[in-house]
Amino acid sequence: MKNEWPLWEVFIRGKHGTSHRHFGSLHAPDAEMALKNARDVYTRRNEGVSIWVVEAENISASSPSDKGPLYEPSNAKVYRHPSFFDIPDDVGAM
Amino acid sequence: MPKQDEALFQFLLRMGDNTLVLGHRVSEWCGHSPVLEEDIALANTALDLIGQTQFWLGLAGEVEGKERSADDLAFLRDVWDFRSILLVELPNGDFGQTLMRQFLFDAWQSIMLGRLMSSSEKRIADIAEKASKEVAYHVERSAGTVVGLGDGTEESHQRMQAALEYLWPYVGEMFMSDEIDAEMVKRGIAPDPTSLREEYDALVGRVLREATLTIPDDPFAHKGGKTGKQHSEHLGHILTQMQWLQRAYPGANW
Repeated sequence: MKNEWPLWEVFIRGKHGTSHRHFGSLHAPDAEMALKNARDVYTRRNEGVSIWVVEAENISASSPSDKGPLYEPSNAKVYRHPSFFDIPDDVGAM
Repeated sequence: MPKQDEALFQFLLRMGDNTLVLGHRVSEWCGHSPVLEEDIALANTALDLIGQTQFWLGLAGEVEGKERSADDLAFLRDVWDFRSILLVELPNGDFGQTLMRQFLFDAWQSIMLGRLMSSSEKRIADIAEKASKEVAYHVERSAGTVVGLGDGTEESHQRMQAALEYLWPYVGEMFMSDEIDAEMVKRGIAPDPTSLREEYDALVGRVLREATLTIPDDPFAHKGGKTGKQHSEHLGHILTQMQWLQRAYPGANW
């Protein structure tokens, strides 16, 4: 539909110190309204402390059909995972 | 009830009935808004207003001292006992008219709550403090929409101007003072409504200018809601929807 507002992707940070995560998408006429709509649609149960919105058309995405060449080669390279080290307890979650 | 408590009771009914009736009106959009995002946003606003009503009418019931709860006051009073201003009972009209009404009310409410935060009555100051955060967002949102639609397409501009012309004569009632207000001023509980006008005109004038809308010249103002002397025909219709369940099944609970 030609009259539809542009689509925006919404990223929300749940707590201080964590990173923004993709929450969903919505329609809005501009960035300011997209922020307001995100506040109303996604944070009404106190889900966040910070909101980012970005117009969906500004996101460049990898193509699902490139899955093979992009990701499969790393499957065979187990040595890339730091799974052969003992991590001291003091380090906490990694 | 002593005369001064009667005045306080009336004042609290005015605050609570405004948010109750407007909250109900706004909730009528639920599931009908032009877009999903606005639908959710309007429902949030309606819920905020109903939440504020619980505080105002809850306190009103306490002050009255007849064991009436906020629910009793909301669902078991008849139309002539309501003290809401006429503005909030007006029909929703189109989406633009709803948002214009919302903005005209939000602007008043944000200024009023700001003053009530320093009320000599602690319980009122506490309600105002809590509600003012919600209302700061309401007015930001409704002002943004009024600007977006006023300064939008030719059609949206026309509709917003028509909404403003229809609603403007109902603005004046928010700033009319009577003996109940005088009593509140005397006790440091609430400001004189007249004293809010200048700040209101500045805020509303700024937003409407940005929205390229023209405020009507005619200073005529409808009245009768706040005093309960003469509500419009619309309030009774609202109550038939809002109260029917408690009327048909007295004491029904879930």
